[in-house]
Formats: sequence, C-alpha cells, structure tokens
Amino acid sequence: MPIDNSIKSVLIIGSGPIIIGQACEFDYSGSQAARSLREEGIKVILINSNPATIMTDPMMADKVYLLPLTVESIEQILDENQIDAVLPTMGGQTALNLCKEAEELGVWVKYNVRLIGVDVAAIDTAEDREKFRQLMFKIGIKVAPSHVANSFLEGKEFAQEIGFPLVIRPSFTLGGTGGSFVHNKEELDSALERGLKASPIHEVLVEKAVLGWKEYELELLRDKNDNVVIICTVENLDPMGIHTGDSITVAPAMTLSDTSFQDMRNQAILMMRSLGNFAGGCNVQFAQNPETEELIAVEINPRVSRSSALASKATGYPIAKIAAKLAIGYSLDELKNQITRTTSAYFEPALDYVIVKMPRWNFDKFKGANDTLGLQMKSVGEVMSIGRSFTEAIQKACQSLENDAVGLGYYGKSLMKSEEIVEYIKIPKWDRIFRIKDALMQGVTVKTISQVTGIDKWFVHQIQIICNIEKEIAKHSADTLPNDLLKEAKKNGFGDDQIAKILHGDCTDEQVYEKRKALGITRVYKMVDTCSAEFEAKTPYFYSTFEN
Amino acid sequence: MTHSTQQAILLLADGHVFYGQAFGKIGTTTGELCFNTGMTGYQEVFTDPSYSGQILIMNNVHIGNYGVKDADVESDTVKIRGLIARNLEEQFSRFQAKGSLSDYLIANNIVAIEGVDTRALVTHVRTKGAMNCIISSEITDIEKLKSELAKCPDMDGLDLASGVSTKEEYELGDTSSTLKVAVLDFGIKKNILNCLVERGAHVRVHPANTTLSRLKEFNPNGYFLSNGPGDPAALPFAINTIKEILAEDKPLFGICLGHQLLALANDIPTFKMHHGHRGLNHPVKNIISGLCEITTQNHGFGVDPEAVRKHANVEVTHLNLNDDSIEGIRLKDKPAFSVQYHPEATPGPHDSRYLFDDFVKMMKS
Repeated sequence: MPIDNSIKSVLIIGSGPIIIGQACEFDYSGSQAARSLREEGIKVILINSNPATIMTDPMMADKVYLLPLTVESIEQILDENQIDAVLPTMGGQTALNLCKEAEELGVWVKYNVRLIGVDVAAIDTAEDREKFRQLMFKIGIKVAPSHVANSFLEGKEFAQEIGFPLVIRPSFTLGGTGGSFVHNKEELDSALERGLKASPIHEVLVEKAVLGWKEYELELLRDKNDNVVIICTVENLDPMGIHTGDSITVAPAMTLSDTSFQDMRNQAILMMRSLGNFAGGCNVQFAQNPETEELIAVEINPRVSRSSALASKATGYPIAKIAAKLAIGYSLDELKNQITRTTSAYFEPALDYVIVKMPRWNFDKFKGANDTLGLQMKSVGEVMSIGRSFTEAIQKACQSLENDAVGLGYYGKSLMKSEEIVEYIKIPKWDRIFRIKDALMQGVTVKTISQVTGIDKWFVHQIQIICNIEKEIAKHSADTLPNDLLKEAKKNGFGDDQIAKILHGDCTDEQVYEKRKALGITRVYKMVDTCSAEFEAKTPYFYSTFEN
Repeated sequence: MTHSTQQAILLLADGHVFYGQAFGKIGTTTGELCFNTGMTGYQEVFTDPSYSGQILIMNNVHIGNYGVKDADVESDTVKIRGLIARNLEEQFSRFQAKGSLSDYLIANNIVAIEGVDTRALVTHVRTKGAMNCIISSEITDIEKLKSELAKCPDMDGLDLASGVSTKEEYELGDTSSTLKVAVLDFGIKKNILNCLVERGAHVRVHPANTTLSRLKEFNPNGYFLSNGPGDPAALPFAINTIKEILAEDKPLFGICLGHQLLALANDIPTFKMHHGHRGLNHPVKNIISGLCEITTQNHGFGVDPEAVRKHANVEVTHLNLNDDSIEGIRLKDKPAFSVQYHPEATPGPHDSRYLFDDFVKMMKS
C-alpha cells in the first residue's frame, strides 16, 4: 500500500526561534519535509514564528504563516484552509508540545485533522520520564534507577534513596534546560529548585548518574509496517555527563564491537516498536558500561532532531525527507535510496570515512557564564568534518571552528604544567580537547588522560598519533622536511598553515603548499554515497582528503 | 594506524598496483579480491570459513579498534587469505579484549596491507568485477609478483568447501533432546550451530562428503546444509546427497552455499556473480509475510533467477530489494527451504533469526 490518497494537504509546524540548544536542525528538517511532500503533489501549509529560516521562504511551501506558535494561530490556519493532516515531528519539542496542547483542546478533532508521523501517546511516553521508565521496565530494557518528583520534598526524599551522584532532569524541556548534576548534598537544593521551575508541569526526574559510561546514539526510521532501519550510529567521544549537543561526536561508532552494537540495535528496535503507532524518524540514546558492555537506555525521541540532521549529512541518507514520506503512508521498501536512485531506501548506510562533529561555543560573548559543560547544552553551533581517518576528521573539524584553532593544538598553547593540565581536563570545558593534546605533548600518558576524562583510550591514542607527527615535523625546517612525513601529516589532517607554524625557521603556508604540490601530494575528492562505494551514486556529495 | 615503514604492494590480476604499509605477517599471499562494507565485527568476518581463498578489503576505514576476543570467532582460525584496509589499528580499546589485531594476524599467519586507497580499490572491483590479487610485504619486483599471482587458481569451478569442512563428526547440544539435526558441514559458522542448539536441538556435524546412510544413522528430525566457500557446482557429491535427503521428506534448511546446493539439487543452475554481496546491510523482503529484514551477506555465487521462477516445484520466498536477486526459496511439495543470506548473522543484524524458529517448528510438526 503506497501513499495514502486521502491526504491532500498537510500542515507542518516549525520550531520557532533558534535558541542556544539548537543548531538550525528543525529548519533543515522542515524544509526537507516540505519539499518531500510537495514532490508527492501534496499541498503544504507551514507555520513558524521565525521568519529568519529557509523553511519560511515563499518557495518552500504553498502557504507560509508567520504567526506565534499558539493554538489560536493553529485554529486560524485551520479556519482559513482545508487541511487533512498535521505533521508535528519536524519542529522539535516546540512543535510537539503545541500539537499536544491542540490535541488536549480538541482542535484536531474539531477540524477533522489527522496527526501523522507520530501519535500523542508516543510523545507523552517519550517525554514523560516516569512513563518512559515504566515502558522500559515492561519491555525488559534497563534504565538508570530513578524517581519522578513533583515537589521539592519528594525530590529530596528520592535523592536520599538513590544516592549521589545524581541527575535532576526536568520533564518537557528542550536541550536539557534546567537539568543538572548533583555530586553531593550541598548542591541538591538549588538543583531541585531550578529543575522544578524549568519544567512546564513542575516535574523532575531524580536519576542515578552513570558518569563515565560511554554514550551512543542511534538514528532510526520506522514505517507503518513496523520495518525499522538504523541509519547511523554515533559515538560520543565525551562520556556520559555532557549533553550530546556539547559533546564531540563521531560516526560510525569507533570502539563498538558487533556483539555490543547488535545488542544496542535490538534494544533500539524494540523500544521504537513499543512506542505507540507511528511512522517516521526516531533517536535512541544509550549508555554503555565500558567494562561489562551492559547497556542502559537513556532516552528516545520520536521525531527528527539535531542528531538526525547530523546523521543525514553524515551518511547521505535524507532522514527528514524519507520520514515525511513514511508519514503519508509509504513503506521503506517502496522508496528508493535518494543517492543511488537504483537501490532501496530500506537499508542501513555503510560509511567508508569518519565523521566528527565538534560543537562551537561562544563563551567570550557571554562574560560570566559558567563554562563547565554538563546537562544543559551551551554550544551555539557545530561543525561537521569528513576524513578518511579519525585523525584527519578531527583536525579538519578544529580547522573549521572559525576561531584561531589551526588544526588540533594551535589554540593558544597552554602555559600550564602537565600536572595542572591533568587537573584542568578533569572538568569538561569547551577547550578540553585542545588541552588533552597539550598534555600528550608534555608527555602525560594516554592511560592517565583516559582515566581522568573518561574518554575512551582509543581516541586518546589517535590524538597521540597527531602529537607524534607534530613532534617529528618540529625537528625540521621547510627545506629538511622529509616527503613521507609531509604526506603522513597531510593524511592525518594537518593544514599547510599548521605545518608552517610547527616547522622551525620562517615558513609560510604558501611555501608548504608549493612544496607538497611539487611532490604531487594533492587533494583527492571522495563521495558520501550511503553505501561505501558498493553502488554507483547519482547525487552524491564530496569531501577532500589525501591518499597514497 | 601503524608507523610501519615497511612497504607492501597489492597487485591485481588486471595489472593495477596499489601501495601501502605492511601489517600482520610479513610475507606474500594470493586470493580472490572481494570487499565487505560492514562497520562492525571484523574478527567474526575474518574467521568465517566462507571467506576461504579470499583477500578481503574492509571498506570501513578503521579496523582493529577494539582488538580481538576469543569468543568473537566463527571458526577456530582466521580464514581470509589476506587483508586490505585504509587504517589497521595496533592500539585498541576494549576491556574484554584479549589482544591486538596486529598480534592476532601475525599469530594466524595473515599478510595484510594498510594505507591503501580502499575507496578507489572498491570502486575498481565494483566496475571490473571480482579478480585475483597478490599482496606482498617482501617482494617488490612487479614481474615476480605477476608470476606468483598467475599460480593462484580461479574461483570459478573451485571446491573450497571440502577443505574447510570438518574432518571428524562431532555433536553439540543436549544429547537427550528429541530434536535432532544432521548437519552437512561445508564450512559452517559457529553461530549457526549456536542458533540450533539454543533452540533445543541436538546436532551432529558431518564432513561434506558424508553419505545419506551415515546421516540417517543419527536418526535426525531434520537436515541442515551449511554455508561455505567456493563454487557450489564443484560439489556434485553433495548435490547427489541432497537429492537423496529430499526423497526422505524430512525438514531441510540451507544457508548460503547450502541454499545454492538446494537449488542445484533441483536442477536450478548457479552462477558466479560480478562481485558478490558482502556486508551487514543488505535489504531483503520476505514476500510471503511482506516484512523486510536487514541481512548479513557473504556470497560470490547466486542462483539463476529465471530458472527458479520457471521451476514448477520451487517458490521464491525472499527477494533482495537492491537488485531483485533470489534470497530465499522453498519447495512446494516438501518441507525444504533455504536462504542466500545469513540469518545467524555474527556479525550483523538479528532480524532473520525467525528462520531457525521456523525450521524447529517444521521439525516438531
């Protein structure tokens, strides 16, 4: 059964203002969804209060309403237009909350509008910590021990019961707003107060903190026939305790065995299938105990998100576009892979490159702000880089931050001594990755760094490789730099400017460039094609790299 | 990645040369070139007997990150003939790991090359098709490599299964079980046996050339045809045995090579594919139930789709959603079925484990 022909017009709800805690992902997904539906001959009506978006460009939808995101606005639109269905999964929590409010007021029933792509019960289960916990218990999936508290006293009582460290998570907030870690009794009162205040329903979850566990995210798609595919697996370089939006993340997962990954895949599929009746995109987060490889489910988001936008770019698989088609009745096996155009959309992308996402913070513009990273997302944007190795990708990411970082390591070399740096990197701050590199340059061991940061030692080893190359380069001037070393440096993501700065003697990036050009060490371009070159790609995109 | 300065060379049968660095054992190896797109489970892949005779390109760019572990194997030794990758990692991270991939490959005498532009290489294989190749970290003379490569036999018509099949019979599972499965081993993966034993079966595993009369002495409730390497058409003895098994009217289940053999036993020809299917993301539709499954695949031969469709007594049960190739068949008049892909996975998704349940149900009814 392909497309549902009773749907002739769809209302897409946008996400409103772009705030700290977002990365324009909902503009991206909303635009994709609008295009995807119009391609099917469906009339698209769009509401967003934010005119500074691509989705509100007149060519994106048949009709655009720049109105406050309120139930009144929705009613106005429904009065003025014949609308068959509403797609609330493209505008983040803001759209879902509005959709839910309208549902409670009977608006959708009144105007005979169907909710597509999600159901309200599913939103509730995903957002309401207690319901989520109960569902996980029912289907046999482990979660961190927790209790829902609706009052300050209740919260205190549960905190005593669970013990420290704890997390306070307010219900129904975006980007972890109002949430915090509580390491001891002294921090509890203010954390509880802040959390209860941030929640629109005055509710928080008091949860055992699994600090130091590894964090993974899976992006999934599900169709009405209950077919589920994993589009992307993302590994957080930073362990549990730092908001994913503030973590350096890597795809595909680098340190995950197949046994552990399949365990995660099975659990994610089970979670998605038990979460009400809906077709579309979904994000599931897990924490993994690195010693036992035991998993606990952290959360499930039955909508497209910042991470699905990243996963789309990382794999070439347009999640929002396909999710919109699933919402109007297609099943995955009826759709084509949008990049190859010949193979099926029901498949799981294979990557032959490494993606690194690095957040960009702007603490220099927020004087006095607490720059310690935690549950609440503080970055104002992110960069994504593609390389043929982790070392290349992370250096490219550093070079793209539009700050003074010239690769990993040239961000104002720290003047701290190694013992001071080791202390400094214990607390996650925006510059931790640069300071880890400083520590390695000063001879601190991989093991020590991994222990104090909770970052998997595989990643620290990779940074050590970068340091080793830098030390080798530093022994030379532009004239004596060996060809093999120059090639090795380029393959590991060193920029010409970065190499010039490391070499002794006066050397410019032009000189490095001319030298390598003469040696034939030049860029090659590789495709992002969803399939690791297995099939020919019709609409791929490219990244540059260096090969032998 | 390593900082080995020892160069290694990869020469393809069509004359293309790729350079990289030596990894694993220092030496020379030949085999048929193929690629695997999976992003997890390298150790399970390397120990899969179906890879015998093959030199494997791993498309995923970092291999070796989580080391090796005794439990993560599909047979007792590494079965690939050689390994090609972009970055092979000496440094690994996993609490449960026993050692590094590098030491593991050396202990298993596997020659590998890293630093290769694997994407260019895979695109080449995709375009030109499967071909033989040679990797060497000791010979630098291209002419010498060419003459060594010429000695490598063509995969078409090659019986590799007999070489990896068990030499002795062995039994697994609860010996008091009333559910008895006679397994014909053409290079079986450990987890297939686990999947049967987990479901309460008592299995006896037999060498590939075992006769029906010997199989029957086990008094089995059902027969299983395993996966394995090489050309299925090069196993006429096994095809004959399967014809005899079919006459018994007992449940029969085949995987991969076992699927191809079931087809051949019904006079459906098999053919050598252009470059095969190898990975953990192959989309298959069960056309009986209408549901889809993401499957693990590893095959360089396939069954002739036209001959299947024309066959009066054979029905297609599963299709590949990428290229419409035949992924599963069943006999109309007998309890016999088979799939081209790997429902036991390892590595790979567990979507298709229901096939083992189906087989058990068949044997119980």
